[in-house]
Amino acid sequence: MSHWYILSLVGKDRPGIVAHVTQALYDGGCNLGEASMIRMGGSFTIMLMVGHDGTVKSLQNLLSTVADSMGLQIHIDKMAGDLHHHVEPDVQITVYGADRPGIVAHVTGALAEAGLNIVNLESDVGGTAAKPIYIMHIDGVAGEGIAALESALQIVIKEGIEAKLTPIEAMVG
Amino acid sequence: MLEILTYPDERLKQLSAEVTLFDAELQQFLADLEETMRAGPGGVGIAAPQVGRFQRIALVDVSSKPKIEQHGFLALINPEIVEYNGFVKGREGCMSVPDFTGNVMRAETITLEYRDAQGEKQTIKTGGFEARAIQHEMDHLDGLLFLDRLVSRRNDLFRRKVYQSKE
Repeated sequence: MSHWYILSLVGKDRPGIVAHVTQALYDGGCNLGEASMIRMGGSFTIMLMVGHDGTVKSLQNLLSTVADSMGLQIHIDKMAGDLHHHVEPDVQITVYGADRPGIVAHVTGALAEAGLNIVNLESDVGGTAAKPIYIMHIDGVAGEGIAALESALQIVIKEGIEAKLTPIEAMVG
Repeated sequence: MLEILTYPDERLKQLSAEVTLFDAELQQFLADLEETMRAGPGGVGIAAPQVGRFQRIALVDVSSKPKIEQHGFLALINPEIVEYNGFVKGREGCMSVPDFTGNVMRAETITLEYRDAQGEKQTIKTGGFEARAIQHEMDHLDGLLFLDRLVSRRNDLFRRKVYQSKE
């Protein structure tokens, strides 16, 4: 019987990581679910749902050769599959500003208190090493309404962070 | 109630033909299609190919959304967009693609020519959510799904993709 596992992977970025890892999984009889794969800094990272017949150990064994040859660190946990139950975000928040410690904690803290459930968050550090800027993009569900989130953001904006909230209304046709 | 085809049904990828006969049978089909659209969760539009009829027919009704520019119930037959202006990203889902939504670039305002249910030529200008719904439904007539137009979630704050208009 197949179980779902969540595979976390990080390694120095180079061409072929996705191809080699997924080929090893395919050869081992695995089926893939949803994934987030992205270069962060100089590393390549993967979070990947893997359907596999065996145990954490047997899944690790399937990947040991590719992990060794490509210098990848891999971690595997069991997870509930729960596919086909997407949560639809109804609000999008973009934040940017001169980079400094605390932007994420500050902004997401205020938003969480106002009822935000984050569905997707992506962030980048841009600009130059001397003058870095932080850019963050959040899709989420406004559990206590959009107005509550707007008020929470106003406080953050007063403290010098650029933040914009846009309701998402999916057009279903 | 008509049955909705869902992707990966290949029939959704085919080109639909112009309507030439505005007869009683067409009126009955439009009524059935409307009923099917209104039964869908949040459905503000539907195109004939979604129910397996490969003719250039689409219905749009965004009047359930408050405070937006809209023309009420629209039966669009042989529709053609004669002018596109601006580009805007928005989220779309589709009754033929359950449990998935994605971001798509659409023209912000359009000028549309079409035949109504009686075959009379009509022209409207519209924008925003209604224009998005019309463009989404018209894509079905050319065998295109919103999946064909997805833009990356990442970086869309600063990057803009060029809209691929019909030749």
